[in-house]
Amino acid sequence: MTDAGKESGGMTTARAVRRSLLVSLWFMFLTLPILVIRVNPVAQEIVWRWRNLFLIGVGSFVLSLVGQFLTHRQTRRTPSLTPGRLAIFRQRCMREPQIYVPFLLCAVLTTLLFPWFFSTYQTNIMTTALMYVVLGLGLNIVVGLAGLLDLGYVAFYAVGAYSYALLNHHFGLGFWAALPIGAGLAALFGILLGFPVLRLRGDYLAIVTLGFGEIIRLILENWNEFSFGPSGIANIPRPGFFGLDLSLAGATVYLYYLMIGLVLFTIFVVNRLQNSRIGRAWIALREDELACQAMGIDKTRTKLTAFALGATWAGMVGVIFAAKTTFINPPSFTFLESAMILAIVVLGGMGSIAGVVIAALVLILLPEYLRAFAEYRMLLFGAVLVIMMIFRPQGLISSARRAYKFMPVPVAAGRNKRHGTAADH
Amino acid sequence: MDYFLELFLGGLTRGSIYALIALGYTMVYGIIGLINFAHGEIYMLGAFTGLIVASLLTVFGLNQYAILVLASLVAMVYAAAYGYTVEKIAYRPLRQASRLSPLISAIGMSIFLQNYVRLAQTSDFLPFPALIPDLAFMEPYAHIIGSAELVILLVTAMVMLLLTAVIRFTRIGRAMRATAQDKGMAMLVGVDVNRVISITFMIGSALAALGGVLIASHIGQINFAIGFIAGIKAFTAAVLGGIGSIPGAVLGGFVLGCTESFATGYVSSDYEDVFAFGLLVLILVFRPAGILGRAAAEKV
Repeated sequence: MTDAGKESGGMTTARAVRRSLLVSLWFMFLTLPILVIRVNPVAQEIVWRWRNLFLIGVGSFVLSLVGQFLTHRQTRRTPSLTPGRLAIFRQRCMREPQIYVPFLLCAVLTTLLFPWFFSTYQTNIMTTALMYVVLGLGLNIVVGLAGLLDLGYVAFYAVGAYSYALLNHHFGLGFWAALPIGAGLAALFGILLGFPVLRLRGDYLAIVTLGFGEIIRLILENWNEFSFGPSGIANIPRPGFFGLDLSLAGATVYLYYLMIGLVLFTIFVVNRLQNSRIGRAWIALREDELACQAMGIDKTRTKLTAFALGATWAGMVGVIFAAKTTFINPPSFTFLESAMILAIVVLGGMGSIAGVVIAALVLILLPEYLRAFAEYRMLLFGAVLVIMMIFRPQGLISSARRAYKFMPVPVAAGRNKRHGTAADH
Repeated sequence: MDYFLELFLGGLTRGSIYALIALGYTMVYGIIGLINFAHGEIYMLGAFTGLIVASLLTVFGLNQYAILVLASLVAMVYAAAYGYTVEKIAYRPLRQASRLSPLISAIGMSIFLQNYVRLAQTSDFLPFPALIPDLAFMEPYAHIIGSAELVILLVTAMVMLLLTAVIRFTRIGRAMRATAQDKGMAMLVGVDVNRVISITFMIGSALAALGGVLIASHIGQINFAIGFIAGIKAFTAAVLGGIGSIPGAVLGGFVLGCTESFATGYVSSDYEDVFAFGLLVLILVFRPAGILGRAAAEKV
């Protein structure tokens, strides 16, 4: 694949086909034992599935050909300075009210009227997706803004869920009382995790946070007297509506609007945070820790606030999760959940609010509606993470960076004066 | 005393498997500074390949020693092939990217490989045949150390010596050390850095697969998800000894194995994994450079 496009004229179809043939042979060799042979060690049975080998061979051959064709075309095309047609269209959509106002109106109407037109089941799924939007936005503070790779985010989610469940079980605390307590406890845990890892960065931080998340889950699983172990806690009450007990359908709709409210609140807060003093400090920390310290930013405080504020949202969503499912147990809080939330942030584009919202909706809703592919969901999920990192590491919607652009004047004047010279927002 | 010895030797056995996997982490980290999250999955793939080959050969009726050797060898070859492919697809295009990208790509690869095995094989636990035969002369010591444990310890020790020799005395070993020290400079003096990285991945993967086959045959069952916990623990071992250092990985593996063994033996077996993770957090917080590692000052 490396020399596929080196000389754009020299690559012939025959060479491409030979390359693809080799690739396909390699993958057939690679998948031979795992994909073709299935053994049953007890019955001493062996099943040969040659059809899989054929499929892999043909599939990798075609994919490799397509891949070579694409890289070939890309190297042939001269890189242009002008933004692509798609980028211009996107900019127009963002800028001109007559385009984006109807769009927004439509979106607002759909979200508001959603529970009236769709079943309880659909509303439930939508609520889940909205929960992930908030989780994604929360993690976005830690990973996207402050650049601290947190692989144990689900721990704070668990803290929130268990604080509501336990407080309700022992003291009969209601949903609305538990919501701030859950958020506060999660923030406390965020600081608790933040303190020891202040000195770490990058990969080490990722591993420690992962370890932290697993420790929390393992404690919940094993400390039976405290958390009721693997059997979990059942009969957690749904949130009441000013003292009224709602029916199941009513509660679902109520939770849906609650989540809509929380999403709007989160977007508002995160947006304000991003442009605040502390938000700028986070971004500076992400870009260069040493330079950031040299500018007089208190590293300890900045990191701890990032952890605490990020964890707060997870705690809140945790409380809502417990209220929504009315039953929680440790397997809901595995590393995969953390990976999922991280994937939302990464796919959406680190630091971009709109991107995170879209990615959360896509990642949670798509598998729900593609039930046929449910089996392959995680497989595709892993592949998408890799592919995104290779081809579009900035995510679906890359966050516009506040930067002064120093464009050479002739280029700017030659095109459109409005685009080139102004500070880019 | 016997109980103590049993726990100690059990810990060493466990630790030697961690060490075998940790070598892959530490070698890769030493050369390209990447935590290869998919390494645990390579270990799992190795164990599965070993199981499949062993089952095939049992049906053909080979003798036990031949099965053990062949299954391990095939598993190592396949793991090396997987390691090579994973590096080429998921990491090589990201060589110049920011540090976060390859890590996330590695997480994606890990999830992909886990589900690949889950879909292609099964999500249940599969029984793994005991490939290592009971040795007659070990009978009197059976209450302290089993034959399988002895074989695992011996094989691991041999492999470690071999690896040390390769890295110290051969051409490719020298190239690996040069690449680890300074990639750009190594390139300038004519080392094919890409090839060295590929070979590093292949060696690390083969060692992980060997560990996978040995421990699976000792424990007796495998599953598509075993790579995650084993990978994290092996990574802990690598960090414990000082990541990037090969003797460190071995030492870290033994320390971790013994800690776990004593903790489960004397305290409680419920929290086995908590001890490992707790140790990891403590080490990273108080001595991030590890036991044998040196703290490197950051150049600005």
